[in-house]
Amino acid sequence: MSEKKPALWLRIYALLAYAYIYFPILILIIFSFNTQKINVRWEGFTLQWYKVLFNDQNVILATRNTLIIAFTSTIISTVIGTLAALALQRYRFPGYGAAESLLYVPVIIPEVVMGISLLAFFASIGLTLGLGTITLSHIAFNIPFVTLVVRARLHGFDKSIEEAAMDLGANELTTFWRVTLPTIMPGVLSGALLAFTLSLDDYVITYFTAGPGSTTLPLRIFSMVRFAVTPEVNALSTLWVLTVFIVLLIGQIAQRSQSPQQTR
Amino acid sequence: MAAETSSVSPAPRFSLIRQLRESPHAQGLALISPTLIYLLFTLVLPLLLVVVLSFMTRGPYGNIIYRVNLGNYTRLMDTLYLRILGYSLLTAALTTVGTILIGYPLAYYIARTPPRQRSVYLFLILVPFWTNFIIRIYAWIMILRTEGLLNSFLLKIGFIQAPLDILYTPTAVLIGMVYEFLPFMVLPLYTSLEKIEPAQLEAAADLGARPFMAFLRVTLPLSLPGMIAGSILVFIPAMGMFVVPDLMGGAKTILVGNLIRNQFLTARDWPFGAAASMLLLILTLIFTLFYTRRAGFGEELLV
Repeated sequence: MSEKKPALWLRIYALLAYAYIYFPILILIIFSFNTQKINVRWEGFTLQWYKVLFNDQNVILATRNTLIIAFTSTIISTVIGTLAALALQRYRFPGYGAAESLLYVPVIIPEVVMGISLLAFFASIGLTLGLGTITLSHIAFNIPFVTLVVRARLHGFDKSIEEAAMDLGANELTTFWRVTLPTIMPGVLSGALLAFTLSLDDYVITYFTAGPGSTTLPLRIFSMVRFAVTPEVNALSTLWVLTVFIVLLIGQIAQRSQSPQQTR
Repeated sequence: MAAETSSVSPAPRFSLIRQLRESPHAQGLALISPTLIYLLFTLVLPLLLVVVLSFMTRGPYGNIIYRVNLGNYTRLMDTLYLRILGYSLLTAALTTVGTILIGYPLAYYIARTPPRQRSVYLFLILVPFWTNFIIRIYAWIMILRTEGLLNSFLLKIGFIQAPLDILYTPTAVLIGMVYEFLPFMVLPLYTSLEKIEPAQLEAAADLGARPFMAFLRVTLPLSLPGMIAGSILVFIPAMGMFVVPDLMGGAKTILVGNLIRNQFLTARDWPFGAAASMLLLILTLIFTLFYTRRAGFGEELLV
């Protein structure tokens, strides 16, 4: 759908909508440089809140926890989820439909229900809540997303190049490592990126499966927001927004340089 | 003993392995089994446990008494809890409507821009969506609170005499929820709007339809799958949301999500919390089935 230029009112509407999306975030960033502690009115420029942030032991610990959980759960869920995507896209086996539906369950069920069910389960088998239980839970909600993304990539996969490799004498394993995996790699990578961000961002499930000493950044931000609105939260938020923006931008640029035919 | 049996018939066993290796069924099962085993322990068993818990009773010290009864479900039919349920449904519905009102024209606009620009516009929608959602709530708290930016601006221009109490009201919860879930509506809407061929609208125009009629009779019905997918993606998480009411609603704004959280962590009545979770889960499933049956949906949900 394109051809005609969008009508004037539509362009104004879109402009307002983007203003609505970005205004709160801009405010957040601007006020991270505010000298006033209660952060009500703009008083003057300072970087002191960033200094406070970098010396905040709780934030440093939470960042460390968040990264450990995100990396571990991303690696494990990407491997398991990719195997599942291959199984569902390439093979027919008994229980296929059930397996496919099961993979949709974490996507569909309310997060709070998944959170309390994991809490109850971990408690009933006597597992102590902490980094381990959070990571186990993150892997569970990440697998389906990895599978969805990798399957989408496998959908347009040309099987004849695999057959060509086999004809040329490569065995199944070699074919997989040298032909299949490189071809689906962009899908695997975007699945991993999605898993990583979902893990980084998760509040609800982490909230129910965390124990003492395993606070993550979203949990930390929540308690900071809950108790006081200080520019330190703004500084932390600004850094988060910037990191995400840079990572996404790199992802976009990488995608474009990889598929020049799509740029049109 | 074991060594004897294996030395007796090595050949048939070997060929059995080979047979398994070459059977597509076995290969498929081997690839899917890590996922199935993992989800059995982190999804199926925990959910079954919640089902079982919902039929138990809370003991005097927050412990669980294992005697099957329907007490928790009859307790959910109390007006107090029915009101919470009704309020959650209303909030989720209004959130969905809000995201459609803001998101539809936006998705329509993006779909009508030249293809080169579209990815940039979509990217701009995604950026805030990838930032932590508590940060986004916090941004709105800064704007809406009594001494916040909105009030100081309105006071300055003399539009109001006293600051408005928006934060910690149901309105604030709605504002926060619509902002949180907007991208979930825009992306599927865009996917279905983008697929509409200009020729279809030209045909409508050739047949004498005015632009508004063409929109009503051609564009709108064709974008319905996207709207339905978007509604599922917004309505379901909105139903179970407890973080936005926690931070932006007052003490009185309790949604089903808050009820479940409180039963598990504050009141320590796990069986009742489990029953409330079952209710939420069942409503979610009914809603999903109802909507997915009504329209051929598919890839819109998978953006």
